[in-house]
Amino acid sequence: MVPLSWYMIFAAALFSTGLFGVLARKNAVAILMGVELMLNAVNINLVALWRYRTPEGIAGQVWAVIVIAVAAAEVAVGLALFISVYRRRKTVVADEIDLMKW
Amino acid sequence: MTVQQILFLLVAAGTLGSAFMVVSVRNLVHAALWLIAALGGIAILFVFLSAGFLAVAQVVIYIGAISILIIFTIMLTRNVAIDPGKQMNSSWVGALIIAVALFVLNVLILSQWSEINKTAPVLPAQYDALRLLGLALVNPNGYVLPFELASVLLLAALIGAILIAWGRR
Amino acid sequence: MNINALIWFLPLPPILAFFLIVLVANRKNWISHTLAILAVLLTWAAGMVVFFQAIQTEHLALHPFESAINWFAVGSGYFQIGVLIDPLSTMTLFFVIWTVLMIFIYSVGYHNFGQPKGDHDRPGLPPHGATLSDAHGHKHTVMSIEPMYARFFAFIALFAFGMIVLVISNNLLTLFMGWEIMGLCSYLLIGFWYAKPSARAAMIKAFMTTRVGDVFMLLGIAYLYTQTGTLTYTEIFRPAVLEKLVATPAVFGLFGWSAAALIGVLIFIGTIGKSAQFPLHVWLPDAMEGPTPVSAMIHAATMVSAGVFLVLRMFPLLAAGWEPAAGQLTPPMMFMTVIGSFTALFAATIAVAQNDIKRVLAYSTISQLGFMIAALGIGAYVAAAFHLFTHAFFKALLFLGSGSVIHGMEHGVLHTNDHIDAQNMFNMGGLRKKMPLTFWTFVIGGLALAGFPILTAGFWSKDEILAEAFHSQQWVVLATLALAALLTAFYTMRQITLTFLGKARTPAADHAHETPWTMTFPLVVLAVFAVGAGWFGIGKDFPLLGGLLPNVFHDFVGSTIGEAEVVQFSIWPLLISLLVALGGLTLGWLVYRNYQVGEVDPVQKTLGSVYKILQKKYYFDELYDTIFVRPAVWLSDVFANWVDRTVIDGFLHAIANVVGVIGSFLRNYIDKPVINGFGDLMASITQRLGFNLRPVQTGKIQQYMVYALTTAAIFAAVYFWIISSR
Repeated sequence: MVPLSWYMIFAAALFSTGLFGVLARKNAVAILMGVELMLNAVNINLVALWRYRTPEGIAGQVWAVIVIAVAAAEVAVGLALFISVYRRRKTVVADEIDLMKW
Repeated sequence: MTVQQILFLLVAAGTLGSAFMVVSVRNLVHAALWLIAALGGIAILFVFLSAGFLAVAQVVIYIGAISILIIFTIMLTRNVAIDPGKQMNSSWVGALIIAVALFVLNVLILSQWSEINKTAPVLPAQYDALRLLGLALVNPNGYVLPFELASVLLLAALIGAILIAWGRR
Repeated sequence: MNINALIWFLPLPPILAFFLIVLVANRKNWISHTLAILAVLLTWAAGMVVFFQAIQTEHLALHPFESAINWFAVGSGYFQIGVLIDPLSTMTLFFVIWTVLMIFIYSVGYHNFGQPKGDHDRPGLPPHGATLSDAHGHKHTVMSIEPMYARFFAFIALFAFGMIVLVISNNLLTLFMGWEIMGLCSYLLIGFWYAKPSARAAMIKAFMTTRVGDVFMLLGIAYLYTQTGTLTYTEIFRPAVLEKLVATPAVFGLFGWSAAALIGVLIFIGTIGKSAQFPLHVWLPDAMEGPTPVSAMIHAATMVSAGVFLVLRMFPLLAAGWEPAAGQLTPPMMFMTVIGSFTALFAATIAVAQNDIKRVLAYSTISQLGFMIAALGIGAYVAAAFHLFTHAFFKALLFLGSGSVIHGMEHGVLHTNDHIDAQNMFNMGGLRKKMPLTFWTFVIGGLALAGFPILTAGFWSKDEILAEAFHSQQWVVLATLALAALLTAFYTMRQITLTFLGKARTPAADHAHETPWTMTFPLVVLAVFAVGAGWFGIGKDFPLLGGLLPNVFHDFVGSTIGEAEVVQFSIWPLLISLLVALGGLTLGWLVYRNYQVGEVDPVQKTLGSVYKILQKKYYFDELYDTIFVRPAVWLSDVFANWVDRTVIDGFLHAIANVVGVIGSFLRNYIDKPVINGFGDLMASITQRLGFNLRPVQTGKIQQYMVYALTTAAIFAAVYFWIISSR
């Protein structure tokens, strides 16, 4: 009974929220949390489309599984990086990690 | 307005609210907790979408591992002075505008699609999504390769993360 | 044996020898002279075959040996060149090949082949002697070999080629080519000893003077070609063509002459130059600067004869419109008569006052050529051809003899170290005993020149000329030529007496001795011809001797122009000939036989101040120098210094300066500020832009992401609403 459009609009809203978090938060870990939200929004989209368009196939779910796996890997590496940076610079505030400026 | 729709709306609202709190609270630990809430809401939606395995996987991996990891990192990277200060950076207005603009764009584009308002088709009887998923993941004509590659990726991430965070004293 | 092929072959050996000597054998003397003499021998042999074939042919004049090939395309047809052997060219070929062969052999000895190299000899100067010491340490000087030996033979081989081409050609163009080749060789050979300033001046003088004649000749040839469209003799001498030429008036109606007359006069001017007639005679005496074989061959026997050959060849044209009986000569013939007889007397008077043995002979040549031309002028074709023939032999003989004398004197000079002029007759004397063979052959030649009766060839030919003059009642011509003949005999005897008779007047003359066989053998051969050549021209009704031998000249050579006139025998011209010849000889002997050393020349004593004028050749050289040479030098100076350096170079320098100014203007006002400035401006704009854009790179990733997403959103919007809806 729930039309597809609800899921997709929901996913879009979630995605935008995550995007806002990525762009506007100071702390690096907070940025990572925003990234997680975006990935989840994508997952919702994938599964919704699977359920509503090709429920006999299984490609949608497989893809969602892969996304989850990749997200996990990415979080692990990212957090390791944050820790390493924290050790060097004593900060994880994104604005202060600006060595690549002119 | 059917029951499913009302339930959906409730869950969606909760998830979105949690997400919004994630990106706006000052205290990072609170943000992590709100993240857990949002992820839980996502899991419920997976159940609504008849992807049971995914719901469980979501709970186990995301909530059970990733969120905990995030909390660990928050703890490990705290400054001595716990005063969080402002949590939005200098260009948060631009970011807001962009986020909203992208959302609007998205929706507009979606509304062009003719089939956007379809309802879910009926699942066949005896539909065992889990079994199908399992078979697909090991089927050479299926998705065994991405599956294996994903595992290699995890291994590499594992090793890489250890190396990066090793640190020399 | 294909006679035409043999005729074509004739000029080939000499030119081949020339190239071989120049390219290959230049250093080796004996190879050079062997190549040259072998070549001339081949030509001589082939020429003799052609000669015998020709004189045995009936009516050769009507059916000459002729052969032509196409050379280049002209209009719709071809210009043809070829060979022609008719009686005139047969006769000329005969004396040319004989004299050339003899002179080649003579040159071997003249240039002292076999002698050692000189002490101070260098190429460009005549050899000066080599010092030899014998077993006892006594030094004596002997004659040395010519340093440029091979070069000499190369040049005379080229010359022989030119002469043969001229003689055998059947058209005026190849004749002119042979003419010019000989002119070139004359230039090269007069200035053979190019390190001597007098030789250099003489070579230029010779070339320039004959060039003047050649220009007019070329004008005549060109005019003839435009009128008739051909240059081949047989085509031109067709009666129809000649009549048309006589009927056409000359361009611009010049003097009221016909085209034939103008062409004839122009062509004759070429002869005036080449055969050294007045007023273009000035080059021939100076040409004696060359070695004596050159003087003999080029300036006595062959090249100057080519001028007379030309007018003999063109006689039908020159005489076109002439009625022998009516007596009115055509303009070319009139011109020739005047010039020829004047030159004969003029040159003879100068010869009387010359002291150099070769100069006397040079003026004698000019004078004798004047005889021939005067004869042709009054229409005596056979007489002129006859005298050409005999003159070639005895003049060559005389020149070679004088060379032998000079050689003997040089030997004496080297032996006694008495540095006198070996060519001055007043330093000689008594050479009769020292050089007997030279003496006898020289006497034969001299008597032939003077016209000694019966025994010498010169008598018969000169007598024929005087007889013709008498017969056509050309009294002025007769008187002039007779007087010239008298003077000829006089100066000839003067020459013989001073050189050979009496006692030696200088130590050098006392020590002279006979020259080697390569030099005396040709003298003997030529002496035979000087005696015998005339016997084939004795008129039929000459008392006693007429009719004994066929009158080849009249019958054979005369047939070239159809029926030549038969001159009736008359006693008067014979008496005049005898008188002038014998009288002149006797006078000469009487005056000079008792000449002693140191005395003034008797002629000078008699003539006084006139002698000075004669010795200075009537001051013609000085006259020409003032009128022609100095202005030319001045003009060239003007052109070189003023026009070339000041005007042209100045103009070029001015252009260079202007270009420099323009260049620096462009550089400073356009290149540097505008173009460089523009480039610099671009650079500074880029730098400024970069500098001002740099702050965008804050290093803050989130800002980057915002920018990126903004751009992506805009692109997406543009795509979806604008592009995809079209």
